[in-house]
Parts: sequence; structure tokens; C-alpha cells
Amino acid sequence: MIYIEHLITSFIASTAFGIIFNAPKESLVKCGISGMVGWIVYFALDVNGFGTIFATLMASFLIAVVSQVFAKAYRTPIIIFSVAGIIPLVPGGLAYDAMRNFVENDYGVALSLAAKASMISGAIAVGLVFSEVINQVIRRSSLGPVK
Amino acid sequence: MENQDQTFEVMRACMLAGKIMLQSGAETYRVEDTMSRMASAFGIDQTHSYVTPTGIIFSVEGVGPERTKLVRISDRTTDLRKVAMVNSVSRRISSGEVGLREACKLLGEIEEANLTYSFIIQILAAAIASGCFTIMFMGSWLDFLPSMAAGGIGFFLVVYFHKIVPVKFFAEFLSSFFIGMVSFFFVKFGLGQELDKIIIGSVMPLVPGLLITNAVRDLMAGHLVSGLSKGAEALLTAFAIGSGIAAILSFL
Repeated sequence: MIYIEHLITSFIASTAFGIIFNAPKESLVKCGISGMVGWIVYFALDVNGFGTIFATLMASFLIAVVSQVFAKAYRTPIIIFSVAGIIPLVPGGLAYDAMRNFVENDYGVALSLAAKASMISGAIAVGLVFSEVINQVIRRSSLGPVK
Repeated sequence: MENQDQTFEVMRACMLAGKIMLQSGAETYRVEDTMSRMASAFGIDQTHSYVTPTGIIFSVEGVGPERTKLVRISDRTTDLRKVAMVNSVSRRISSGEVGLREACKLLGEIEEANLTYSFIIQILAAAIASGCFTIMFMGSWLDFLPSMAAGGIGFFLVVYFHKIVPVKFFAEFLSSFFIGMVSFFFVKFGLGQELDKIIIGSVMPLVPGLLITNAVRDLMAGHLVSGLSKGAEALLTAFAIGSGIAAILSFL
């Protein structure tokens, strides 16, 4: 049940972000799909105890893969799909908690939370990079379509 | 290239395409790629471009002496639709469907056009996204409406403040400050349950997601200057949002 709730809310949130970033009308639903796929993978891995960083890494990797498929199929820049998908993974909650602890003079907790938030940002980056690299390897090696 | 005039025309078209893309939030490597593809489709194979978030330098080796042009980018927004449109124009140029004169006309139209969704729809989208994020961050459904209101107000304020105050970070600081205040009053008057969840959800529309993604992709593609400066911009934005919220929290 909670999964359905998260599927729906993440789809709507990513689509809404497509509107904020002014993505073309026909690609709004695809923005929603890439965001939904990413978030549900993140959520499922996180809830089942795989750790937030690993969950973020897998989710951002998947978002990049889905976006690449969309970008190829519809001949649109990949950034349209990946941006809306990445947004939910941004560690806003952690950054907020870190800020709150800084303000409350609890620097030890704040620093560890901030470190974790930056680790998660790094995981998002690595996930994006990883899928890009795989895509390029496939394209340049003999596996890919010959141009 | 037969004559100099045409070389200038080609340069003008390429610069215009690059300028639109960069102003609309495209990645640096896509801008460079588009410009050199367009130039080579028009018969100029030797081009060099240097693109940073604040300006484009484009140089062409055609007939006669080498020519270089510079465009300064002072205002950057997010308009992915324009990126997609310029991209499709450049595809059509590469396939030979569109000639030089028509390309200039099309790009001029794209630059002039105002294709954004209406402001009210954007605010509504920000509000709905904020509500959904509160649920996604394990908030209760009771906090859905308060965070929708706070998120909508926050997004409205960031656009409004950005119009009066040209300093982007100050606009972000002020609007996250107001988001914190609105959420605090919601909780105080019993309309919302958890202050943390409401604030986290409603701050999300301000998060510099596009900048983060672009910074990573630029760094990867070897555009170190652009990647680092976009990363710095993202960091400053995050810092502005954080300090706005922190200012509210310090009163509690």
C-alpha cells in the first residue's frame, strides 16, 4: 500500500518539476516516469536496509538509463528527462537536519549529517556518470549499432 | 565557403543557437556540440568554441582571416523547451532540411518566443510537488495541504523577489525564510503536524536540481571551468536556502 502511495506521489512530483523547468508538454509524462522509477527503487532499497547511499546510487543510475532510452527514442536532449527524475533524490531532508543541528549548536551531529548529505550528492553524481560511461562504451565498442 | 558575408551569417546563426541554449539551461558540451555541428552542416569544418556559463567565444576558420565572436550571457533561466526546440532545429540543419536563411529565421523566432507555462500553472505545480514531497519524505497526509500552501508561496516569492532584487541568492534566502515562517505558523495554529516535514517538502521547488545535474555532466565531459562554476552556483543556492531556514529555526 505504501508503495502505491509513493509511486503516485513521486510521479506527480516529477511531472510538476517538469512543468517548473518548462519541459515540452509531450515529455511531461516521461519526466514523471523517470522520476517514479528512480524514487521507487530508492525507496524500496532504503526501506529494506540496503543503506541510503547505495539506494541513491542505484536510483540515479536507473534514472540515467531510463532517460537515455527516452532521449534516444524521442530524439530530445537527455537533460529534460534526467533532471526531473534526479530532484527527489537530492538529500533535502538530511541537509535540513544538518542545518537545524548547526543552529542548535550541536556541531557533532550537524557535521556527520552534512557529511552524509554530501556523500549522497556524490552518489547521485556517480550514478549519472556510470550510466553515461556504459552508454559510451556500448556505442563505441562492437556491441553498438554501426553508424 | 564562397564569400565572407555568408561566413558571418553562419557565425551569427551558430552564436544565436548557442546563446539560446545556454540561457535556457543546456549543458555546456551540448552547446559546443550544437554550434560545431551547425557550422559544419553549413560548410565550415574548422570551428573552435569555448563555452562557460557566462559567455561564449566562437571562432571560425573560413575564407580569409580567422574570425572570432564573443557573446556575453548575463541572465540564465530554466526553459527546457527552448533547448529541445533549438536541438531539433540543429538536427534539421544537419540533415539538410533547413537552409541558412531559414535557420536564422527559426532561431530568431525561438529567441523571441515566450513559451513558458503560465505563472499560475507553475505555482500550482510547485505547490503540488511540495505536497507530494512531504508524503515522500514520510510525512503524514495531514501535512499535505500546509506544505502545498507553503511551497506555492515560496515559489511565488522566489520569482517575485528575483524580479525586484537582481541578486538571485538573496531572493532564495528571503523566500526560504518566508517558507519557514509560514510553516511555523501553520504548526503553531494547529493546521500542520510536523514542522520538519512541511519545511523539507516546501523547500524542494527551490532546490538547484538542474545546476547539480549539469555540473556533473559538464565535469564529466571535461568542461572543468563550467562544471566547477555551476557547482559553485548550486552550492551557493543550497547555502542561501539553508540559511533562510536556519534563521527561522534559530528563533524557535
